[in-house]
Amino acid sequence: MHRILIIGATSAIAEATARLWAARGEALFLVGRNTARLDAIAADLRVRGAASVGCFAMDACDTPAHAAMLEAAESAMGGLDVALIAHGSLPDQKACESSVEKALHEIDINGLSVVALATRLGEKFAAQGRGSLAVIGSVAGDRGRQSNYVYGAAKGMVSLFLQGLRNRLAKQGIQVLTIKPGFVDTPMTATFSKGALWAKPEAIAQGIVRAIDRNKDEVYLPAFWWLIMTIIRHVPERIFKRLSL
Amino acid sequence: MALQAWGQLPAAPAAQELRWADRDADLPETGSSLLAYGNGRSYGDVCLNSGATLLHTRSMDRFIDFDEASGTLICEAGVLLADILALFVPRGWFLPVTPGTRFVTLGGAIANDVHGKNHHAAGSFGRHIRRFELLRSDGERRVCSPAENPELFAATVGGLGLTGLITWVEISLKPVAGPMISVENTRFNGLDEFFAINAAAEAAHEYTVAWIDCLAAKPRGIFVAGDHATADGRCAETGKPLGIPFTPPLSLINGVSLRAFNQAYYHRPLAAETKMSYAPFFHPLDGVLHWNRIYGKQGFYQYQFVLPFAARAALDDILRSIASSGQGSFLAVLKTFGNLPSPGLLSFPMPGVSLALDFPNRGAVTRALFDRLDAIVVAAGGRLYAAKDARMSGEFFRRSYPQIDAFMRFVDPRFSSDFARRVFM
Repeated sequence: MHRILIIGATSAIAEATARLWAARGEALFLVGRNTARLDAIAADLRVRGAASVGCFAMDACDTPAHAAMLEAAESAMGGLDVALIAHGSLPDQKACESSVEKALHEIDINGLSVVALATRLGEKFAAQGRGSLAVIGSVAGDRGRQSNYVYGAAKGMVSLFLQGLRNRLAKQGIQVLTIKPGFVDTPMTATFSKGALWAKPEAIAQGIVRAIDRNKDEVYLPAFWWLIMTIIRHVPERIFKRLSL
Repeated sequence: MALQAWGQLPAAPAAQELRWADRDADLPETGSSLLAYGNGRSYGDVCLNSGATLLHTRSMDRFIDFDEASGTLICEAGVLLADILALFVPRGWFLPVTPGTRFVTLGGAIANDVHGKNHHAAGSFGRHIRRFELLRSDGERRVCSPAENPELFAATVGGLGLTGLITWVEISLKPVAGPMISVENTRFNGLDEFFAINAAAEAAHEYTVAWIDCLAAKPRGIFVAGDHATADGRCAETGKPLGIPFTPPLSLINGVSLRAFNQAYYHRPLAAETKMSYAPFFHPLDGVLHWNRIYGKQGFYQYQFVLPFAARAALDDILRSIASSGQGSFLAVLKTFGNLPSPGLLSFPMPGVSLALDFPNRGAVTRALFDRLDAIVVAAGGRLYAAKDARMSGEFFRRSYPQIDAFMRFVDPRFSSDFARRVFM
């Protein structure tokens, strides 16, 4: 049995992932903003076979609350083996372009709060000499594009931060996993029209569980996004800047 | 592409489709009528709401509580029967009634009051529902059970989703020793033989069903009886199902392929007694995802009727009409219903014999055959299954479902469906 902390546990990808862990009988600790939704998900995971499920209401941007949350998770489960950071929002790019406040707020949710949590969890795992930290980044963090560069910048920051953290903690055998989903059909993307590139949260969840089990460093989900992003990353900037991506 | 029912018959799309994930949320403000859409496995138009609003309930799929001592499960209405089986069969519990596919939602199973191979022993699905919550458009949430709001319970079981939105359900699971089913197969030739085997089998077995070759001059088929195996065999491994990846332009089912299939199926090597996992026994077609696509872009009809036992001659008439029409399907399923009363005002099962057949949609030719069959069914006091229907007349429905007027009093004024507007609204 593993003791697993999930931050952003009411997100569709996190919930689908938690179901897979519950079926394996893991102990889970769920963190999110909405108590009623956390309770409903916790009840579901208990029926599905989780060894135990605890809940903690917290806004990820409330940095001072992070320490108390971590303490609650550890005491509820008697320790911590795996942490999945899954919270985030998909900003209205157009609104962010003309509002400094909105842009910084999105950077805070998708970037800074993750850096803060990863810092604490990194310290925790370093101190105990083991652990797995998995963070949901995005393919959007691989290159700045006009359609969502505020979100992309935050995810890109997370990506680089995790790279460094991984480099540091690898010597102790601690896993730091960057998960880069492509387009996922979730409530966060409900208003988009969906084509063949869209994946279900259940498929992403399987990829996350597998990547953690196999001690991976970085994973594109579904895997074909690696190819797409490799191409996109290599288009010369003088051509790329003319494209409407 | 517009959302379709399982029969893939052409239909006008809904004006809007909303994802429904939160059981505590209020119904949305819309200018048009509402209808829950679960997993889209009803065949005709009971799950469609052309030009209006569909509420997708598949995301409302959380378990709420399970009592290990009694087997009582509470969960949201968008949970699939497949999810329940996957989770609870390994723990020694089974659905009290399972239809021919496990890819239906709990809400859909109630709204169509589905039945299974144990109807003679257990009755319809609705008999095993202890309670559910119904969200009405006046904002009220009514818990319904045979004791609490019993009239609304009776209207909602088999009520085709028209009495409101079912949010959560409490159902009794039954204990089983393991995932395996002991099966007995018997070939029969002619309906007399079928009824003789059936009478003996119903007394001795929990599950019975027959496949018949509806194209043979004298109806012949294979009778299947099953029981939950007592000793726990191998673990049920359902494996990765095959799939039909796209819809071919024309139906792959025609007179030639059908006769060849039926001939081969009837004469295939058959073990008199065997053991198999529950999945291929109860849900043989679930092993082929999107099997409905083999009927091509025009889609197909399923025609399922029930006749009172006394109307034996009518059954002969119907089979003769089908055989002589040259239309028909490899999926002809014959099953008798027992005397246990169905709890819903519009429940389909009644004591008698039921036959379900698939027909590729050949337009007027197919519908003309159905009109001939309708005449026989109505004269014999039988009726059609709304979950499978896309074309029966309002007059036929009213005549064969005499409790329709009692039902109408409980229809939620903001709920509607293509079926309701076509048949009785």
